[in-house]
Amino acid sequence: MELEITHSPYQVDEEGYYGTFGGAFIPEMLYPNVEELRENYLKIINEPSFQQEFHALLEDYVGRPTPLFLASRLSKQYNTTIYLKREDLCHTGAHKVNNTIGQILVAQRLGKKRIVAETGAGQHGVATATVCALMGLECIVYMGKIDMERQKPNVDRMRMLGATVVPAVSGSQTLKDATNEAMRHWINNPVDTHYIIGSVVGPHPYPDMVARFQSVISAETRKQLLRKTGRETPDYVIACVGGGSNAAGAFYHFLDEPSVKLVAAEAAGQGLTTGHSAATTALGKPGILHGSRTILMQTEDGQVVEPYSISAGLDYPGIGPMHANLFLSSRAKFFSITDEEAVESAFELSRLEGIIPALESSHALACLSKLGATPDEVVVICLSGRGDKDLATYTKHLE
Amino acid sequence: MNRISQLFQQKPEQVLNIYFTAGFPKLNDTMPILEALQEAGADLIEIGMPYSDPVADGETIQQSNQKALENGMTIKLLFEQLKACRPKIKTPILLMGYLNPVVQFGIENFCRTCQEVGVDGLILPDMPIDVYQREYKEVFEKYGLLNIFLITPQTNETRIRKIDALSNGFVYMVSSASTTGTQTGITTEMVEYFSRIQKMNLANPRLIGFGIKDNETFATACQFANGAIIGSAFIRLLQQNSGNFPKVIESYIHSIRQPEAVI
Repeated sequence: MELEITHSPYQVDEEGYYGTFGGAFIPEMLYPNVEELRENYLKIINEPSFQQEFHALLEDYVGRPTPLFLASRLSKQYNTTIYLKREDLCHTGAHKVNNTIGQILVAQRLGKKRIVAETGAGQHGVATATVCALMGLECIVYMGKIDMERQKPNVDRMRMLGATVVPAVSGSQTLKDATNEAMRHWINNPVDTHYIIGSVVGPHPYPDMVARFQSVISAETRKQLLRKTGRETPDYVIACVGGGSNAAGAFYHFLDEPSVKLVAAEAAGQGLTTGHSAATTALGKPGILHGSRTILMQTEDGQVVEPYSISAGLDYPGIGPMHANLFLSSRAKFFSITDEEAVESAFELSRLEGIIPALESSHALACLSKLGATPDEVVVICLSGRGDKDLATYTKHLE
Repeated sequence: MNRISQLFQQKPEQVLNIYFTAGFPKLNDTMPILEALQEAGADLIEIGMPYSDPVADGETIQQSNQKALENGMTIKLLFEQLKACRPKIKTPILLMGYLNPVVQFGIENFCRTCQEVGVDGLILPDMPIDVYQREYKEVFEKYGLLNIFLITPQTNETRIRKIDALSNGFVYMVSSASTTGTQTGITTEMVEYFSRIQKMNLANPRLIGFGIKDNETFATACQFANGAIIGSAFIRLLQQNSGNFPKVIESYIHSIRQPEAVI
């Protein structure tokens, strides 16, 4: 983990911006909480005791390092060399726990007693409920009512872990609205509550803090790749982007390596022109949402558009400010992947490698056919989560 | 002189600011509500520009925002409505809303149109003070718009001083750590905070908002500030009495100012 503000054009600057994106566009009611975090987060995560506890938990509780698996049959299929970074093997089934472990340790050091979180697919909610149980903190998770229905196993898991799951019934009843409700909860409980944001979105310092916790993904990838191939850097790194936390982690230590092509997969839903999509960079423009200036899907009047994706974790109308900057500077290439393409890729990976991916990760897999990678090139795909939670959706496509 | 500054000069006490959402309950209700409020004696009127994601607001105002958007309200349409009715309205008007729709409209274009249609000031709760200072202050001033920032019980003294220096018109005191419409009354804690701020002798007048809904809460707020703001309670009134504004609004405003009045 890099512990200081760097001067990379792709990293956050001292004011909390990635290029022109980022900042902290929040009502005054949130200011003291966010400011407390901003003033302390680097100090806290720099403490040797924090580092020690964080890495020990990653190793012994989360199960890190996660493997970097050479997917031979998939590689043959696409005539290139494909490695899967197996975040699906993390405890709780996705990369989300890397960040919740980090944030719960920060919350403890800030003396917080209660945790509030939002969740889309439920992976972040489960990861938050898990670390709250581990540390004995009260946990309240907001989840869109529609998401609660389509990701029921995760709702049950959160409840079993002792969390209170509150349905967000406003707007589209998905991740965006769960985020609004969690923010409101925080506004109403400013002193003893920490809000664990699950992606690289929200006001500064969240995008940077979450990216740092997730950067363990690319830190490990470099070491593992060196051991396996004799080179530290791949030709491509592919990750899916809703808010963008697994992508931020997978890209992090390659941001300033121009030889590494960064590829982000967005959810095109039923298609870019259908009105049922969540492909932010293809359909959005700069604006302000959930506390940062970023790229978001909006009407001409600046109203946030309800996104759509088959994958609850990508069903978000914006992207993190880091990604907005990567897009605008062309440092990363963004692909729009339809529901259909994602589901096809999920079946392909399941049958070729015996790994059922999360619907979110399937969007990243679907980029393979669009890359044009050659046999001697090395492609790393961040397999952000496992597909158990999506079985009901996949089952519909079994016939 | 700006109408808001004039108001506080002429009437430094008991100022009643009423909030309503543009386009709610019906798309063309702006004019009848403004007229009824003026008639009933509201001192200041705050019009909410509906937004899809109003995070600082509670359920009541959020739902009114959602309904107004479904009705087809836009900033452009609100400006047209204001242009048509401003000649009849002498009461100062504030626009309240979130930054994204304003930014999409174009800050300069937005401020210029505000001036053209007779808007006196703006409340944009998610506009950071440093961004205002750096990017927007000059434009606001160029078009004679006052800027109103919020403070809360958690805002520290240094920051209150900074906010006071960057605000004009008045400082909006959020009564407690909350979103709008979630408070049930005024607690001892709130009174301590009101009195702490009162002793700070800020350069700007102060209006207390969040949790003000009736004569009792209004009167308490007025002991510690220049007046108060009513939002959610007024929205609920409009929701329940759509179409009969003059009578209902008059009776409500009367009940706020007069302890014995009954709605």
